[in-house]
Amino acid sequence: MSRKFTPKVVTANALLEGDVVYLTADNRWSRVHSEAELIEDEAIAELRLLDASARDSEVVGPYLAEARPGPNGPEPVHFREAFRARGPSNYPHGKQETQNV
Amino acid sequence: MYDYTDFDAAFVRERVAQFSAQVARRIDGSLTEEEFRPLRLMNGLYLQLHAYMLRIAVPYGTLNPRQMRQLAMIAETWDRGYGHFTTRQNIQFNWPKLPDVPKILSALADVGMHSIQTSGNTIRNVTADHFAGAAADEIEDPRPVAELLRQWSTDHPEFQFLPRKFKIAVTGSPNDRAVTRAHDIGLRMIRNDRGEPGFEVIVGGGLGRTPMIGPVIRDFLPKADLLPYCEAIVATYNMLGRRDNKFKARIKITVFENGLDKFRALVEERFQALRPQFGGADQALLAEIERAFAPPDYVQKPLAPYHAALTDPVFRAWADTNLSPHKNPDYAVVSISLKAHGETPGNASAAQMRLMADLAETYGHSELRVSHEQNIILPHVHRADLPALHAALKPAGLATANIGLISDIIACPGMDYCTLATARAIPVAQEIAQRFDALKLEHEIGPMKIKISGCINACGHHHVGHIGILGLDRAGVENYQITLGGDGTEDAVLGDKTGPGFAYDEVTDAVERIVRAYLEMRHDPSETFLATYRRLGPAPFKSALYQEADANAA
Ligand code: SF4
Repeated sequence: MSRKFTPKVVTANALLEGDVVYLTADNRWSRVHSEAELIEDEAIAELRLLDASARDSEVVGPYLAEARPGPNGPEPVHFREAFRARGPSNYPHGKQETQNV
Repeated sequence: MYDYTDFDAAFVRERVAQFSAQVARRIDGSLTEEEFRPLRLMNGLYLQLHAYMLRIAVPYGTLNPRQMRQLAMIAETWDRGYGHFTTRQNIQFNWPKLPDVPKILSALADVGMHSIQTSGNTIRNVTADHFAGAAADEIEDPRPVAELLRQWSTDHPEFQFLPRKFKIAVTGSPNDRAVTRAHDIGLRMIRNDRGEPGFEVIVGGGLGRTPMIGPVIRDFLPKADLLPYCEAIVATYNMLGRRDNKFKARIKITVFENGLDKFRALVEERFQALRPQFGGADQALLAEIERAFAPPDYVQKPLAPYHAALTDPVFRAWADTNLSPHKNPDYAVVSISLKAHGETPGNASAAQMRLMADLAETYGHSELRVSHEQNIILPHVHRADLPALHAALKPAGLATANIGLISDIIACPGMDYCTLATARAIPVAQEIAQRFDALKLEHEIGPMKIKISGCINACGHHHVGHIGILGLDRAGVENYQITLGGDGTEDAVLGDKTGPGFAYDEVTDAVERIVRAYLEMRHDPSETFLATYRRLGPAPFKSALYQEADANAA
């Protein structure tokens, strides 16, 4: 049974700080979810994940996370990814310190 | 207080040096994450949702002021200015950067602390009653035994690759404050008919995915037999425990699948073989350790300042909830609440850590403890010093009078930090505490333990909460399952599931409905929530929890 592929972004944690990062279309690791490359095709997603996995000296644990298009770029779908994109709820630490998220 | 031996100190330094080199090799690309991950976990370094997390062992929850100040320094220098005290009496830093971790470990080694065996399938930090050495109801201080177990288990060659992690808790008092029945091995000190101290040994308790209250494997174990007996248990488990399925690998499953009788027979057989090999060396060591845990030099002075302060209602309220009876009637055990209403349970800022270190020195014979309920204990404070202590704690936000009350909530880091989480726990705790503070009901409600976990691993001990809350992911939405009537004491029971879960923004209302039902149904204010629940059973609480929604709709 084939399930319909839903759009994804490649995400991981930066090796040095552990901060959440996203793979951009031009192969940078961005700290901002909306700058991620939104991948709509399953085969490409797998390839992009392979690319990311090869960059073991930059990031830890890359994986594909569900995302959807938004007015300013890709947005997280699952609440876990929304928290990763923002930071913890008990203190204004993490990304919310430097970004308007 | 016990000082590490030279052997320990050298061992810790060596590990720091090794790990520093490993971090350098990871950063320069010569180690892959696959190679590095087990190494960092062996040193307590996890990667969480937003950053790395360093878990530091606080053996049996005991800290001295120098160590506490060093934790404050680490929090300020390499982290975000605070630390999180956990339900395993450890401390975690949530924001260390990988290149800084060797420096942190080295700063810890300077005060005899480390992160060894805070991860992996080994024997983890031995936890103990946080009132150890002070409680009025205690038979003996359990920490010498905990220290003996720590020395025996640290780097024990046979037990570095157990089927799964292994946790031991020990209490020196028949009143169990260490949740011994929810540990792989629980040791509860009791006296036999001849009045000799020994242990009731519990095996195969645990919370998590398959919660079990541990059965008693030995009614009475003489103190002298402790090490060979524990070794026999762990060795039997090491042989019998399942390595094919992670979810069936804990000793609770081993005991359950083999049956307690068979497991016991194997342990006893092994014990008989091991016992002669110990040959008394362990007892000589224990005697030496016991001397290092000698009680402080208690002082004698008039109690007048204490009695005078009791007329102050604020001091009085704090004294009523945050003090526990000490062996020396002129003294009290002080619980410093890390649960100010609306704050993160278990968190202390660097400034708070320093203040607690100073106050421990001034008023507390230089002793501090971390409790599994995520508070800090000053175990030995003369009652005459309590008013001054209270006055010093107050401006720092450390004088909340809520120990054992509804806002003294245990909450795991949940999805604000933990990668394994299925939902958040901290903001749920914050909101419940704020609600009952606003309602001004918490003292009227009386003893109440709310415990919250962000996933079925149950680090927040929700199964043994009077009200337990478990955060789950139901079809992409946070959902909270409520259990009632759990108890983590010597009469441990698992809470009963109530029914369908609640959305994130419904949890506090749900808790309030349960609490209001209790207030209506209790005989009188002396009947606690737990007693009322045991008398009436779950039915009336469930109907309060679920039917009110219907009533509102009608
Ligand atoms: S209970 Fe789950 S979410 Fe909470 S700390 Fe443990 S593993 Fe993480």
